[in-house]
Formats: sequence, structure tokens, C-alpha cells
Amino acid sequence: MNWLSRLFRGSALEDRLDKELRHHVEQHTADLIARGLSPEEARRQARLAIGGPEQVKESCRDARGTRWLTDFAQDFRYAVRTLRQKPAFAAVTLLTLALGAGATTVMFTVINGVLLKPLPYAHPEALVNIQERTDWSTQFGNIWGLTYPNFLDCKAGAPSLDMAALHYGGGIVSSPGAAEYVESFKVSAGLFATLGVPLFRGREFLPEDDGPGAPPVAIISHDFWERRFAGNPSALGSTLVYDGIPRTIVGIAPPDFRIDTDTFDIYTPIGQDASPILHNRNAHGIGGWARLRPGATLAQANAELAAVGVHLAEQFPASNKGRTFFAAPLRPDVGDVRSTLWLLLAAVSAVLLIACANIASLLLARAVSRERELAMRVALGAGRARLARQCLTESFVLGLAGSALGVVLAALGLRPFITFWPGDLPRASEVRFDWHVLLFALAVSIASSFLFGLAPALRAAARDLEQTLRAGARSIAGASRRLHAAFVITEIALAVVLLVCAGMLGRTLVRLASLDPGVNTHNLLIARTAISPALANPARIRAAWNEILDRARAVPGVEAIAIVDTVPMRQGDNRVPYSTTAATNPDNRQPLVLANSVTPDYLKVTGIPLRRGRFLTEQDRLGTQPVIVIDEVLAQQAFPGQDPIGKPIWVRVDLNGTNDPATIVGIVGHVRQWGLAGDDAAPVRAQAYYAFAQVPDRNVRRWSELSSIAVRTGVDPLTLVESLRHEIRGASNDQVLYQVRTMEQLAAATLARQRFLLLVFAVFAGLALLLASIGIYGVLAYLTSRRVPEIGVRIALGATSAEVMRLILRQSLGMIAIGVLAGLSAALAAARILQRLVEGMRPPDPSTFLAMIAVLVLAALLASYIPARRASRVDALTALRQD
Amino acid sequence: MPPKSDLPQGTLDLLILKIAALGPVHGYAIAQRLQQVSRDVVQVPQGSLYPALHRLENRGLLAADWKDTETGREAKFYRLTRKGRAQLESESASWQRLTQAVTAILKLAGANE
Repeated sequence: MNWLSRLFRGSALEDRLDKELRHHVEQHTADLIARGLSPEEARRQARLAIGGPEQVKESCRDARGTRWLTDFAQDFRYAVRTLRQKPAFAAVTLLTLALGAGATTVMFTVINGVLLKPLPYAHPEALVNIQERTDWSTQFGNIWGLTYPNFLDCKAGAPSLDMAALHYGGGIVSSPGAAEYVESFKVSAGLFATLGVPLFRGREFLPEDDGPGAPPVAIISHDFWERRFAGNPSALGSTLVYDGIPRTIVGIAPPDFRIDTDTFDIYTPIGQDASPILHNRNAHGIGGWARLRPGATLAQANAELAAVGVHLAEQFPASNKGRTFFAAPLRPDVGDVRSTLWLLLAAVSAVLLIACANIASLLLARAVSRERELAMRVALGAGRARLARQCLTESFVLGLAGSALGVVLAALGLRPFITFWPGDLPRASEVRFDWHVLLFALAVSIASSFLFGLAPALRAAARDLEQTLRAGARSIAGASRRLHAAFVITEIALAVVLLVCAGMLGRTLVRLASLDPGVNTHNLLIARTAISPALANPARIRAAWNEILDRARAVPGVEAIAIVDTVPMRQGDNRVPYSTTAATNPDNRQPLVLANSVTPDYLKVTGIPLRRGRFLTEQDRLGTQPVIVIDEVLAQQAFPGQDPIGKPIWVRVDLNGTNDPATIVGIVGHVRQWGLAGDDAAPVRAQAYYAFAQVPDRNVRRWSELSSIAVRTGVDPLTLVESLRHEIRGASNDQVLYQVRTMEQLAAATLARQRFLLLVFAVFAGLALLLASIGIYGVLAYLTSRRVPEIGVRIALGATSAEVMRLILRQSLGMIAIGVLAGLSAALAAARILQRLVEGMRPPDPSTFLAMIAVLVLAALLASYIPARRASRVDALTALRQD
Repeated sequence: MPPKSDLPQGTLDLLILKIAALGPVHGYAIAQRLQQVSRDVVQVPQGSLYPALHRLENRGLLAADWKDTETGREAKFYRLTRKGRAQLESESASWQRLTQAVTAILKLAGANE
């Protein structure tokens, strides 16, 4: 008989048990009668010998092994019944819990999708990322991207790895259809096979495609295929002009195929790229992904890579000395989203904990008022462990129902939350409900049930029976009062942490938003601009740019326009080494400057103030003296206490194609290049401007690929985008604007993370404040109601209502004070974490702490006022008659 | 009548198994036999006999059938299962070892006195 049938045949079993015990007693009685006792005496002794029949039966039922299940079913029904008897209590607790659990579940779902899920490739655990490491460091650390020549040597020297190179790029698709800028990747032959991702249609690159001089081919994304070819299968084998080169489409990637976290439209073979930068052992930034071959280990792969490193260091000391290669498991690169998500999960857990403390104190209050009922049940034969279990079952029912409701809330709130995320949440499409999430929700419900159910359960198990039965309802043991106080203290401490965090974020945001970005962000349009890919001749490229400027200037509403390669507050990195003497330091010790090539109107367009000297002019062109304009920070840094104007500076941008120093002709204001929040702490802040016209011919094409136009407008800049697009198209109709933003948008985006965190923390802190206030109110109202007879005595003995009120408020103030103290140290720790994770945060300041604590104490006292007032109005006579 | 002592923890199961090994037997008879064999030294709390029987049955060490007794009444007869026999053998062996060891230690202590 298995446990299931035992469970379902419960009543038959009961009959049998009864029969068995009866048989025992009858036999015993018969024996005793045979020994000469009277029948009554014999029956009495036989009964005594076996003990209380119900207790024996209980023990037998326990021995059956299905006991916990029947008990559970019974307790479950009982719990549901009790909850339904008190709908208000049930509603408050369920809602509290559902909010806490729902918010926690949303956060976990996002974390699960963004951080925990492996990349969507076959057997992701065998995929590794190859990088370079040097035994010396620059200010950016000692980890580098690969160079293509190094990649090729690693590929040849590491037989346990199946390697592919990837290099981010972008360019214009000019045919078929309208010109469009797309993001692309140059990849090695075999990348798709390495990732274990089959193509949707066609084939991937073969080794014979992946070399110089091979016929140009391309793989397009599924999305691009639907967008540009309307999903027509004949796209395969047709010709696509990308980056000025006609290429045959050989494959279509599967839908939603991603490189790391992003989708790209075009893939081309990296080996076909003849650009010198790809064949330079000093040009880092190539990605190397690999799959461990079956049977190979990571340690083995690393040993092989290290051997390659040693070999290359000997062969090419200039570029590879002290440089080695290593493989590490391939993980999604999600940037600072990681810390944001963990921060939010921590905050949301605090809210959930407060909710649990609230429910625990409510349940405890109920348990205390049910004390006599429980004692009665112990007297009637219920085991204490059994009662504790029943209490826990009740909490579990609450926890489960609350979590179920929470999951529903989470399902409703997940998409809005993701939409609300500042910028694009990486891997947003991976964020889904799955069994991990449901498991998490279940774990949360069980954990929280224990959290809020344990105190009442332990209490149920440990009551002194006799005393409880004898005592009236008016007594509260000190232990219970202390427990209640402990819950209130916990809630207040957690609320302090959240409030202080929200307060600090709020102050930070106010401070950052009031900072001067260094440029006039109003009516300033920024757009990356791709000139015709067919242009190769430097003179014609310069002419094309001039034509773009002239035509755009003629658009009504445009006041001024300039070319700029690195736009402030948009991710872009243009740091180069500089020196104020002809003697150069080794690369890794030379100071860096953000060098920006612009056209002369740049100052007029951006509103950057000119401090001294002059800005670049139309006269600064190829062949004239190379000049440079520096910002205040560089002036301070490189020429402290001197006048920089007229001094030479060596900046590695090869003006005029020589290594000659440039002459400093002017000083301008500093621009917050790294964003309002990030600039103060950025490793490189010094800035310099040089003339686009002095960029040497050999670099003009490359610089053109990086440049944007900045347009000062007299009207809303976004209304001019279409006319600008039209004007700059060029003769071959293949010049486009992309990544079009206003400067205001860019500036706001640099604060988006802070703003988002502030909003979420403010909501959580508000919720915490509300929950804690409800908690204080509930506990105080309960404690006070239990003290009504005592208060009656006090009033009868002459206490005034003000004295009674003070008595109650003092009790509450005590709890609040301890809670605030406990919360302060936690808040300090939290503030330090925030400071580390959020750009632009200042060290915790006392005024924020004081303000937030004042808010909390006020709310808490307000919550205590109602019960205190009620207590002060107690009528002595009624109170004394009670119970 | 010699003073009665309580059964050490866990030995009740062993004794029940031993008695059931002699042939199918009902609960009251087990209690009787325990008392007779131990010459009233061992106090078997009758209240814990039945939970123990049910526990052993549940663990598959005992099996039970309802049969008529010699007095013609229906009673639940327990018998040893194969698993129960193996358990009995290993438990009694370890019991022997334990008592021998304890006796040896007690003798040692006596020599020192």
C-alpha cells in the first residue's frame, strides 16, 4: 500500500485502528477478569494501561507517514477559512505582500533575462572571449581588444579553440532602394558555425571568402531582408551596394540574431577588408570569440594562447612586448545595467522585507488574541509542534496567495517597466516569464511566509498553558511587546535606508541638472553624417563636406553649421596623447587630451565661450601653420600659471601630415564631454580643437566616417531634419544623416540613469514610508487596545489625558528612535554603495540625512497620534469593567 | 517484584521485531510476551506499542493481516517481512556489540575501584 492509497483510504484506516485498539483493551480486560478482578475494575485498569485512546490514535496516525499531508490539507482549509472570516485583514496583508512580491518578481525577471541567461547561442558554456593582457597598465587598465594580426596568430597557435574575429562597423547601403546607414559587423568565415547558429537562408562565409581580393559577399539580417527585400527569397544571390562596393548576398541570418546584445544589418568577411588599420599590430579593438573544441579545457586553451603570446613578444617586440592572450567565458556585455539592476533588486527587497515585518506584526497581534484558543487546544491534546505547524501553514497560505497575486501584478507591470527603462535595456527581448521566474516567486513566497510566520508560530509552540488559561485577555507578556517593537524598528530602519537613498539621488539630480554643460543645448541639432562611400579622393571628400555645409546653411531656420568628429555627451572616444615638449614619453605614461576636429563655425554653433586668443578660422588650412585651440582644463593642466597662447603643443593628430607641434592660438571654455554626471570624475577631461581642414589627406576618409554635423537653428531643430536630409543627399543620392539628436536630448540622456534610479527609489521609499506608518499605527493601536484596562486604572488614579497620551507617544518614540539609529548605519553603507555605482553622487551629507529622518519621524508620530489620542479618551469605568 | 526500568530509546522496535520473528502475532500478545519474556523487568508503555507497530509497518519491516484469533475474534496480526528480518539481524548484532562494549567498560571501572 503506497502513501497515496493510504491517504485516500483514511477513514477505513481509522476504523481499523479503532478496532485494533478495542481488541487490545478487550483482551486485557478479559485477562484481568480471569485473574479475579471485577469486570468494572478490569476495564478501568485496562484502559489506564493503554493511556488516553485519542493520544494513542494520534501517535499511530503520526506513524503512518502521510500525516503531514492530511494535516496540511486540514490546516490549509482551516487557514483559508480563517482568512475569509477576516476579509479586511486578508485584503490588507495580501495587497501588501502582492506589491512587495510583484515588484521583486519584476526585478528578478529583468535580472534573469539580462544578466543570468546565457547568450542565445548553442552550448554557450563552451564559448569564450579572447583578449590581450599587458604586464603594464594605462589609466584604462591592462586588458585590450585584439589586433587582427594577433588574432590570426592566436587562431593558428591554439588548436583547442575554434576562433572567429568580429569587428564593429557601419556604412551606407546605397542600392537597391534609398540610401540608408546601417550598423554592421566584419566577421571571420565560420563565425555562425562557431556560435552554433544555422543561417536562415543561404550559406555563411567560407575560408575562400575571407581573404584579400576575394569576390565581395555579404550576409544580411532577417530584419533587413524583410525591410529592404520584402522577404523575397530572390534577395539571395542578388547584389547589394554597401560601403560603395557591390556585394553578392550569400546568406540571411536567422530572425533576431544578435552579436552579444545587439542586432546588426550587414555582415561582411573581415579578411576582405584591406584597410591598413586592420593589418596594424598596434590597432586594437578586434573581438575574438571562440568555441572550445570537444574535449578541450579552458586551461588548455589558455596555455596555448600564452605560448602564442611569448612567441609574438619575441618576434614583434615593438608591439607585443609584455603582451599575452587569454580566453575567458563569453558573457553578455551589458555595461552599467548590471549595477543598476542589483541596486534596484536590493531596494525592492527592502520594500518586501518591510511588507513582511508588517504582516508579521499583524499576524502576531492575531496570535496573541488567539492565545486562549490555542491554549485550549493544547489542553485538548494538540501537540505544540502541531500548532506551530498550523500557524506556519496559515502564513504559507497567505504567502502563496500574495505571491500569486504578485506574479499577476508582475506580469502586468513587466512591459511598462522595460519601456520605462532609460535608453534601451540590453537583451530586453530575453526578459520573459519562464520557470526560473516562477521558481523564484515560489521561493520568495515560502521565504516570506517563514519570515512573517515564524514569530507567531514559535509563540504558539512555547506558551505556558496553565498561565494562559488562567490569565485574562488583559495581559500581554513582555516578550510579545518586545517582538512587536522589533518589527516596528525593522520597518523604520529599512525605511530610513530607502529614504536616505532617494534623498541623495534627488539632491544629486538637482545638482547635476543645474550644472553648465559648457555648450548652449537649446536649438542645437546633432546628426552623424555619412558622405558618399564612392568618394575616395581626399580633395573630393573635402569638397563634398563643403557642399554639405553650404547647402545646409541655405535651409531656412539654420543659423550656423559646423562639422565635428566627437560630439559632447554622445559616447565617443577621441583621446590622444599630448606633450608640451618635443621629447616624448612612452605611450602609457603620456597625458591624454580629447582632440576634436571641427570647422571654424563650431564655436558659433555650440555657444562655447572663447576665453582668450582666437578660435580656428577659414585661413587655417593645409599648408598654413598648424594651430590648436585648447580648453581651460588643458590650459590649467599643461601650462599652470603660464600663458599658453603662442606656445607649441605636440598632439598626436598629425596636422598637415607632419609630427610638427601645433601652436596654441586660443583658449575656450570646458565642455562636459562625458555628460553632466560623468565629466567631473572622467579620467580624461582636457580638450583641444583643431581644424578639420588641417587633417592630412591620408586621414580624411577615416575622419569623414566619424564626423557629425552640428546645426544651430532658430526654430525647433527637429522640424529641420527632413529638409536637411534632402539637401545633403549629394549628386549620387547616397549621403545620409543618422543618429539624429538634439543636444538637449543628449544632455538629458546623460542623466537618464540617475533620473530613473531616483524615480524608482522615490516610489520605493514612499511605499516604505507608507508601509512603516501603517505598521506603527497597527502595532500601537494593538498594544494600546490591550492596555486599555491599565490605562483605565491610571485615569482612575488621577492621570490626565495628556499624561496618557505622552505615555503612548513615548513608547512609540522609543521604537522610532531605535529604528532610526539602526537605519542610520545601514543608510551610510547604502549611501557609500550608491556613490560607487552612480556617477555624479556626492558623499553622504548630513542635511539629506536630517531631512529624510525628519520626514520619517513626522510620519511615524502622525501614525502614533491616532492610537495615543484614542487611549487618552479611555473612560475609566468602562475600561475597568472590561473582561 | 523487581524494580522496573524504562526501555532505552529505540530498543522497543528491536524487541517487537524479535517477537514478530517467532510468528504472526497481534498487538496485545506482543505486549504480553514482552512482559513475560523480560520477567516484568522491562516496562512496555502500552501507549507507545501501537505507534511503534504502525511505524514499523509503514517502514515495511512488518506486514499485517486481519485474522481470527483462537477466541474467534478478528485481530490484526503482524509478521516480519524479509526487510524486517534483515533489519532485526543487523540491529541485534549491533546491540550485542554495544552491550559487550558497555559491559567491558563497566568491568574496567570496577577494577579501578
